[in-house]
Amino acid sequence: MSVDENEIERLRKARERWEKDYGSAPKREADFTTISGMEVPPLSTPLDLNGFDYESRLGFPGSYPYTRGIHNSMYRGRLWTMRQFAGFGTPEDTNRRFKYLMEHGQTGLSTAFDMPTLMGYDCDHERSRGEVGKEGVSVSSLADMEVLFDGIDLEKVTTSMTINCSASIIFAMYLVMAEKKGVSWRKLRGTLQNDMLKEFIAQREWISPPEPSVKITVDIIEFCAKEVPQWHPVSVSGYHIREAGSTAVQELAFTLADGIAYVEEGVKRGLDVDDFAPRLSFFFNVHNDFLEEIAKYRAARRMWAKIMRERFGARSPKSLMLKTHAQTAGASLTAQQPINNVARVTIQALAAVLGGTQSLHTNSMDETLALPTEESVTVALRTQQIIAEESGVVNTIDPFGGSYVMELLTDRIENEAFAYINKIDEMGGIFRAIETGYPQKEIADAAYKYQRELDTGLKTIVGVNKYNTEGEVTIPTLKIEERVETGQIEKLRELKRKRNNKVVRAKLSDIVTAARNGDNLMPSIVDAVREYATLGEICDIFREVYGVYRDPGYF
Amino acid sequence: MGQGSRARILIGKAGLDGHDRGVKIVARALRDAGFEVIYTGLHNTPEAIVETALQEDVDAVGLSILSGAHNYIFPEVVRLLEEKGIGGVTVFGGGIIPKEDVDYLKTKGVKALFEPGVSTDEIINWVKENVTPKAL
Repeated sequence: MSVDENEIERLRKARERWEKDYGSAPKREADFTTISGMEVPPLSTPLDLNGFDYESRLGFPGSYPYTRGIHNSMYRGRLWTMRQFAGFGTPEDTNRRFKYLMEHGQTGLSTAFDMPTLMGYDCDHERSRGEVGKEGVSVSSLADMEVLFDGIDLEKVTTSMTINCSASIIFAMYLVMAEKKGVSWRKLRGTLQNDMLKEFIAQREWISPPEPSVKITVDIIEFCAKEVPQWHPVSVSGYHIREAGSTAVQELAFTLADGIAYVEEGVKRGLDVDDFAPRLSFFFNVHNDFLEEIAKYRAARRMWAKIMRERFGARSPKSLMLKTHAQTAGASLTAQQPINNVARVTIQALAAVLGGTQSLHTNSMDETLALPTEESVTVALRTQQIIAEESGVVNTIDPFGGSYVMELLTDRIENEAFAYINKIDEMGGIFRAIETGYPQKEIADAAYKYQRELDTGLKTIVGVNKYNTEGEVTIPTLKIEERVETGQIEKLRELKRKRNNKVVRAKLSDIVTAARNGDNLMPSIVDAVREYATLGEICDIFREVYGVYRDPGYF
Repeated sequence: MGQGSRARILIGKAGLDGHDRGVKIVARALRDAGFEVIYTGLHNTPEAIVETALQEDVDAVGLSILSGAHNYIFPEVVRLLEEKGIGGVTVFGGGIIPKEDVDYLKTKGVKALFEPGVSTDEIINWVKENVTPKAL
């Protein structure tokens, strides 16, 4: 992309001529910014990339700075993992859905837990009323975990679990469940979300304040580095930040700022950065704005590689590589004319693939109405298969690399995201920023601004604020019956009668001791869940020892 | 709105649901439209919502529920408001609520339920027309 002086002059003149005509040409009354409000030029040319150094800005796939992808052969070597997030009702219900998805060509599992499980309450707790099995699968004890993965070969499948403040317990249950099936922890592969910082910023499922919450996150990182070496102990997540209404740049910046904090905490714990950084993974949203999203994924890889090398002195190439999962944007789906959502998901999924993701969840068309039906989740999975096996985009690596506008957007997103990271550094880091409500307020402002743009018609959502039609299109939706809650409660009461409660009490008290001493909690949690101590019982210890976090309620 | 008095609206999240993008937008839009808005923050029990409604002497309670727990939480809030002697408070809400549940909740005393995609202007207009501030 280096161009000689004469050629530059010639191009500049030609561009001036074009600009003159463009200036006087009639234009549509439309907003030409990205969905995040970023200006996009009407045309990009080699002049925009004057001085652009291919090797340092892009390089080759599988090498620093990984802009073009983290693997040498990308999708020619291996397609992304098709991983549909699934969970509802009882563990039996979700086990059936897992098997259905695997039979239809899904290549990895991803578990959605219900709100009580996510917030650290057993199904029989008063606060769980009306919520059991509704937004995911209900898991209160090892017995539920055993049913959830019944008949699934843990050595063959990679399992992702979206769980955060209660991640240590769910992970312990997964480990003991594997152990009872005779599968060595060293062979287990999968991902825990376990990203507490973004909970305070955006996703908002928590038990205790940020410091002890992140302490447990780092316990899991440390435990995995020693005992479960193929596991990804944290998936640093921008998904929820974006869903909460952030811009693409904010999503990227706050996510990488969280990643920086986890690496700092791991190093403080005395771990060598190259011993745990290779197992960190990421999770980004993929929204409607096609070019902006592709640029975001490319910028993310380049930024993380720089951060790890320059800020943390990482040496292992695997520490520098930003591995990521992508999920299409739930918040972009519409309840109105829901079948249109298939088109949105296709555009988003294509952007994730062109952005070089390692795994992908495609939302189902009905997810703005309820959890997906089997039919709608099949269409979502087929969308990925069509991209992979019909569209041809997998044939060449980073097809947008070198596009003038794509490189321009990639650079701009990187610069703006680094500006946010610098600001957070100046504030004293992400913990301090969260305490002052900075990222929370930035996101709320962006969400409000976008909503006003929709209300005034500056931005369009087809079928919602434009092209609306009279008469609703209805599609079938999944219903979770009340019997799920009553059935789960009965099972849990039975379990509590049958287990050895004396041993359970002793194991719980070991966790209390570990927590008070500041020890790594994982070994004692594993021992407790093995005796069928419940998720709620262990989270009660967190509430007791670390205290309870209250929403400051910024709006 | 009544002459010179502003309706007081409690905007709340009940249950374990953490989805608060929509609720915060609605809270801000109502405030910008001139209402007095009290936002509860997340993770309140129906009891806590009603207690706040009582203490803050509100004219309406708007709840956002995206976790599927609406059929339990809305009727419980309506019941508790009546139990506390403030059954006259207007209850409305929004979230991921299937059509048949909307119909059911309306029979349980919920005055309006806004679906995803609704404009903030529509919510503001509805509140202006349906919530009357108490006489001073």
